[in-house]
Order: sequence, then C-alpha cells, then structure tokens
Amino acid sequence: MDWINAVVQGILVGGLYALFATGLSLIFGIMRLVNIAHGDLIVLASFLGLVIVTGLGLYPLVALLIVVPLMFALGYALQRGLLNFTLGSDILPPLLVTFGLSIIIQNALLEIFSADSQKLPAGPLQTASMQIAEGLAVGVFPVIVFACAVVVIAGLQLLLYRTALGAAFRATSDDPDTARLMGIDNRHIFALAMAISLAVVALAGVFLGMRTAFDPSIGPGRLIYAFEAVIIGGLGSLWGTLVGGIVLGVSQIIGGKLFPGADQLAGHVVFLIILVFRPRGLFPRAMD
Amino acid sequence: MANTGTYCVTTATRTSRIGLMLMLAGVAFLSLTPVWGGRSDMRLVVEFCYFLALAQMWNLLAGYAGLVSVGQQAFVGLGGYALFVSTIFMGVHPLLALPLAAVVAGILALPTALIVFRLRGAYFAIGTWVMAEVYRLSFAQVSVLGGGSGQSLPINVIKSVASSRSDRELVVFAIGIMLAVASTGIVWWLLRSRHGLALTAIRDSEPASESLGVNNFKTKLLVYVLAAAITGFIGALIYLQKFRIAPDAAFSLIDWTAYVIFIVVIGGIGRIEGPIVGTIVFFILREFLSDLGSWYLMMLGLVAVVIMLKAPQGIWGELANRFDLHFFPVQRRLYRSDGQTPGGSA
Repeated sequence: MDWINAVVQGILVGGLYALFATGLSLIFGIMRLVNIAHGDLIVLASFLGLVIVTGLGLYPLVALLIVVPLMFALGYALQRGLLNFTLGSDILPPLLVTFGLSIIIQNALLEIFSADSQKLPAGPLQTASMQIAEGLAVGVFPVIVFACAVVVIAGLQLLLYRTALGAAFRATSDDPDTARLMGIDNRHIFALAMAISLAVVALAGVFLGMRTAFDPSIGPGRLIYAFEAVIIGGLGSLWGTLVGGIVLGVSQIIGGKLFPGADQLAGHVVFLIILVFRPRGLFPRAMD
Repeated sequence: MANTGTYCVTTATRTSRIGLMLMLAGVAFLSLTPVWGGRSDMRLVVEFCYFLALAQMWNLLAGYAGLVSVGQQAFVGLGGYALFVSTIFMGVHPLLALPLAAVVAGILALPTALIVFRLRGAYFAIGTWVMAEVYRLSFAQVSVLGGGSGQSLPINVIKSVASSRSDRELVVFAIGIMLAVASTGIVWWLLRSRHGLALTAIRDSEPASESLGVNNFKTKLLVYVLAAAITGFIGALIYLQKFRIAPDAAFSLIDWTAYVIFIVVIGGIGRIEGPIVGTIVFFILREFLSDLGSWYLMMLGLVAVVIMLKAPQGIWGELANRFDLHFFPVQRRLYRSDGQTPGGSA
C-alpha cells in the first residue's frame, strides 16, 4: 500500500509539473522559442500571488482572478516588446535574451522580496484529504491541481484544433511566411501565444506557492522540471507533456523513497534514460 | 596566367600584427604582476585569467560550433573534484592533478555528449544544464567528499605545491597566465586548422557542410570534448587557489556559466578577441559595481540583453567591422602584390 500511495502522490505532483511545462511546450510548438526565463516567470507569478494575497487579503485561489490576467498581459507585452525581435533563423538571440531575462527576474525578486522563503496560505485546503481506499488517502489540493492541469491541456487542445485562433497558431507554426501572406499578423499571434503561456504559468505559480515554500532562487529548478516533462512526453504533444510530468513526479517520489535525499537526482536520471532510449520522447509529434 | 604570380593568400593584416604586439605587451604586463603588484593583485590577475580561459572555451562552443551550452559548470566542478579526489585519495601531486583533471573532464564529456547531442538548439542548452545538475546532485551524495557541505584541501597537499605561501601563490599565478595564453592560442590554432574551416561551415549551414564532406558530429564532438578538458583544467586550478570545494559552488551556474556567457556576449561572440574584451569589461564593471549585489547581476543581464538585440556581435564585433580590426585573423584574404585587395575575403 505504501508503494501505491507513493505512485499516486507522484502522479498528482506530475499534474503540477505538467502545468509548469505546458506553457513551455506551447510556445516552442508555435514559434520554436525556448524560454529560459520560464521557471523564473513561474516564481514571479508566485510572488505576484503573494503580493495580492497579503495586500488585498484575498484567498490564493481567488487571487488567481488577478494574477492570471496580469501574467497574460505581461506575456503579450514581453513578446511584442522584446522577444519578437529575437526570433529568426539564429537560435542564439532568443536563448541569450531569455537567459539574461532569467537573471534579471531572479535578482529583481531577490532585491524586492529578499531570499526568505515564502508561502501562500492555503488554509484548510492545505491539510484536507480524502480516503480513496483502505490505507490510501490523497490530498484534496493535489487533486484540484491535477484536475486543473487536465482541464488546461484539454482546453488548449480545443483552442488549437477547434478554433480560428488555433488554426492561425498552427499555420504560423508550420510556415510563418505563408501565414503572413494569408493575412495573419505573426507578431500578434506570437504575442498571444506567449500571453497564453504565461496565463498557464500564473496558475502554476500560484499552485506552487500554495503547495510548498518558494524563494527567488527556485526558478531554474522549475524550468528544468518543465523541460524534462516536455522532452519525456515528446515535443509538440500537450497530452504527452502531462504524461511527462507524471513520469517525472512518480520517478522523484519513488526515487526519494528508495534513496532518501535523492528525489531530484532520480527524476533527472529517469529523464536521461528516456532521452537515451527514446530520444524523441514517449509521444513524439513534431520534428526538431 | 601572367598575373597569378602577383597574388598571394594571407590571413595576416597590418592591424593583426599591431594587435598581436598589443596582446604580447598585455601578457607581459600581467606576467609582471608579482613585480608591480601585491598579493591581492596577483589573485585578481589569476581570476582574470581563468575567466578569460572559460570565456574562450564557451565562445569556441557557442560562437564557432553552434553548441550553446548552459552547463559548462559541469566540467569546472568535475575538474575541481578531480583535483581533490586524486590528491587526497590517490596521493597525486597537485600540479600533476591539473592535467589529470583535464583528462577526467574530457573522458566524462564523451558520455555527456552522447546524451546531450540528442537534443537540438535551445533544448541542447537545457540538456547540458540537466547534466551539470546530475553531477552536482551526485557529488552531494558522496559522503567521503563531504556531501553537500564539501571539503577542504588538506594542509599536506597544499604544502606539496610549494613550502611557502608566496611560492605557492607564484606557482598558481604562473599557471593562470599560461592557461589564459594557451586557451586563446589553442582556439586560434584550431580555427586556422582544417577543423576551423569545418566549424565555420557547420555554423553557417549544417546541411551544406555535411554535403561537402564535413563530419558534423565528429567535428562537434571534438570541440565539445576539447572544451570540456580545458574547462576541467581551469576548474582544478580554480580549486587549487580556493582550497575548498562544495557541490553548490563547484557546479554553480551563475559563477561558471552565466558570467561567462555575459562576458562573451558583451565582448563579441564568434571572435577570439571577444572574450578578451568581455573579460576586461567584466572586471572593470565588477570593480566598481560588485558592492551593489543583485543590482550588479541585473545590470549585467540587461547589458547582455541590449547588446544581443542592438549589437549582436558585441563590442569587439562593432569595432572590428568599423575599423577592419583583426588581432587574431582566421579569415583568408587574397592580396595582389601591389598592395591592393582585389576584394572579398573568405
């Protein structure tokens, strides 16, 4: 029962990792941009949540109503005002600019909020749990996070494959030049993609803050989890990203049980093994 | 037919000869630090030297081979730990441990490369970072090396470098200077060799170079392993100067890769002079601004972002384009013996 419990916990953690990864996967799919600052933007969202929760006295989940639109707007502005200028055939500019951005965000957060670790008060939800079977209980909050991940991914799938905007996203991804000939404004499309990516990041950041303590330095670690989930799942597949997050979560929890203190390492090692034997991930979709 | 004798192909220009003189003068000036400066100056020069060497290696990877690594701290850390393990547990002389560290880092770069080379472009970058994390977390698990809190170099090992402190500092200083000169020289030599031509071809177009008979994989692997080995040597030297190693510091992304990336981007990526200019700018900024703590890092990040957007060739790139400066020429130019260039360079 102990092991089943560990697997269930791992799957639920995987939901959070999938939320970390979805935004990264989305913008890579649409504009081949890998955002090194992704992890720091997650932490930025956690701190935004903190400011709103302490400033307005709102419950963290209610604060999402403000954090998500704010991050959406930030994403649009960031892409339109900065990252669009880095796109092109050369991979160096986007990589180095987002790397610089990552360092800037990290140190700005450090300057404003200090290195102290913070937490968003989740109230009774923090400890609420439900009994599934004899000896197997799951936390209510992790279940909510996991359900959110499923809803977000399903929603993005609908958006991508059932709406005009989704068609524009896919068209720009397949061939930006032809898309422009068809009257699509790539700059706007890319900005919307980044906006959606950061809206998901907002969700992930607030959930992260409610689940564990956070401080300005943890961004890069979250980027690495997100990246591993994307690669394990296979580039270009959103459901694959969810599976990637789950594989990572389960590996960490089981690894941590087998070798105390080695949970992160276990996650990385499983990722490397998958990279060696299935270099294109479990559900590959896109080339590149 | 009559004209062929009057053309010649050369890489050197007049500015390159002047530039080389300037570089030699700079090296001489730094080498004489023990004469004109004190202990802290010597420490600073050593630090300058290893940052310059790290920057040359990162520039070789990113600027010439298209391998944008965010994980070079892996090899700094491996080199540092190789020094500690070989001197403490195997009784190797510390100065012998430096080349040994290069060998260890080079050997470990092979499996690392086989994994990360499966990823392309930006994903390659994050892959190298994951590998560095794996090494960091692994060393934190090894309790004989002090686990996460690290270990100091025992006094008898330190004494075996040289018996007096000033002699030891002189030895580390001399190696530092040689390291900076050698790493610059190796990059220059490599780029002027046939591998350099292959590298430039790969950077400009992978499919085209492959179709012309360049083995892209082998060329990149060669560069990656070479850069890893030299970075390992640098790591060992850094920790021979610091005497104490811990996983978080030895595999630090900020110290051994972020600063280095900023140095190369600011100085000029894809040019041998770039890391030199970048390291000078970096140290000048640091002398004046490091008290500002996180503001200093934010400013460095901002400068790098602005340069990447507005002048992607960096400070040296701008200067070189404007004044046709090439201190370390790798381009071959065609000259007519009457002194006129018949145009174009290749």
